[in-house]
Amino acid sequence: MLYSKTVMDHFTNPRNVGTIDGADGVGEVGNVKCGDIMKIYLKIEDNIIKDVKFETFGCGSAIAASSISTEMIMGKSVEEALALTNKEVVEALGGLPAPKIHCSVLAEEAIKAAIKDYYDKNGIEYDKTQFPDCANCDHCDHH
Amino acid sequence: MRVYADNAATTRMSEVAIKAMMPYMSEVYGNPSSLHSIGQEAKEHLDNARAIMAKNLGCEPFEIIFTSGGSEADNQAIVSAATIGARKNKKHIISTAFEHHAVLHTLKKLEKQGYEVELLDVHENGMVTAQQVKNAIREDTCLVTIMYANNEIGSVMPIKEIGAVCKEKGVLFHTDAVQAAGHIKIDVKEQNIDMLSLSAHKFHGPKGVGALYVRRGIMLSNIIEGGAQERGKRAGTENIPAIMGMAAAFEDACNNIDAHTEKLLKMRDRLIEGLSKIPHSVLNGDRESRLAGNVHFCFEGIEGEALLLLLDIQGVCASSGSACTSGSLDPSHVLMAIGRPHDIAHGSLRLSLSAENTEEEVDHILAVVPKVVAQLRNMSPVWRDLQEGRREYVIQ
Repeated sequence: MLYSKTVMDHFTNPRNVGTIDGADGVGEVGNVKCGDIMKIYLKIEDNIIKDVKFETFGCGSAIAASSISTEMIMGKSVEEALALTNKEVVEALGGLPAPKIHCSVLAEEAIKAAIKDYYDKNGIEYDKTQFPDCANCDHCDHH
Repeated sequence: MRVYADNAATTRMSEVAIKAMMPYMSEVYGNPSSLHSIGQEAKEHLDNARAIMAKNLGCEPFEIIFTSGGSEADNQAIVSAATIGARKNKKHIISTAFEHHAVLHTLKKLEKQGYEVELLDVHENGMVTAQQVKNAIREDTCLVTIMYANNEIGSVMPIKEIGAVCKEKGVLFHTDAVQAAGHIKIDVKEQNIDMLSLSAHKFHGPKGVGALYVRRGIMLSNIIEGGAQERGKRAGTENIPAIMGMAAAFEDACNNIDAHTEKLLKMRDRLIEGLSKIPHSVLNGDRESRLAGNVHFCFEGIEGEALLLLLDIQGVCASSGSACTSGSLDPSHVLMAIGRPHDIAHGSLRLSLSAENTEEEVDHILAVVPKVVAQLRNMSPVWRDLQEGRREYVIQ
């Protein structure tokens, strides 16, 4: 089998699929050229992630990485969600094949993009360097 | 139910082929290069296999070289023609943008050695015309290499017409017939083919064996150096069990082309008709000039690898040209060649049938694919954008 049991579980029974009306933060990363787009919706109350949903256009591991990362940040503080790394996502998935690691990176970046959107919408000050800059990322051109 | 719909990748070996191979493992085990009776007995059978291949291709037995498969045959044909060309200072090669990598990568290598490779544009329907070839041929053209049928989208090229143009201009013509051999009637003389590659495991023969037809008088260059097997053009003791299996499978396939085609066309056309009903889907490859077992679609808003995995769980084994299945971030070069944008090229599905498939299996595929496509679209932000008008459909 190409993927771990956990990856297949999250891919075939993805958690938290969908959208949130009036989301407090929305983040979308990736592009169709690469073949992966992830979109994360956050509902935030009192600095706590009360609800999270995702939509993903991509391969099995991209869907699984989105699904598991929504579980990992649900109920956490914004700072805790911001601290989630792709490495943790890979570990939680029980590993990913090397060419699929970028799917976990996208999951981390989608969450960060959604939190950045939340900060921007609410005029909250933040350190810009801690967010990925998709416009200047050349990930897709490297392959 | 588990349906194998990936026969363009490989086929199940036929009973005929397996049975033909068995005696050559323990009974007729000699080395055909040996002078003693046990070796000569093996040689007799090897000659028979060569005669069977030749008969079914319309050539002479000595015009057949056994290889390790289609890739080796492609490599040898192209390198040989290039070497012949270089002697006459002809270093221009014509091919197409949607060849198999066994051809494209060999051409890339030749390019580095100073050859000029011209890849013809492939029409949106997956076709290349004889006129395009005619227009591209120059004084210094040494080879035209164009596949018989495309391995992904199944379009079948006008080989006889292309061959006629090459013959008229005195240019060598090679065709990679890996997807066509055993499925379409081939007569190399009648179709003006100078060199042709085929592979046994695409027509229910064993893996790891193929053949190269080379018209009399064309000087081959070795890819594998060593002993004097195969007229000194392909060293290494012949894989007799595999060659016997290939010959039996090829003869069986060629004898049954009409019956198999009739059966396949019914199943194929039902699949094409059924899958066309999925909104925003498009058939790739020519509708008429296509392999009897090939069905190839793009579905907008989804990605092919996810599609394949879910189909597999639902009992359908198929293939895709998505980036994720190719091991790179670029989708299939074939879909790029016919002008499909990345957006939809990632969402491709190839179903390739053999005569072993059944109408019940077609029913199962038709029940499962629309469901799985809808399931993936339901979680796709691209699909939502399309539905809500934030993105333009590529496929209407």
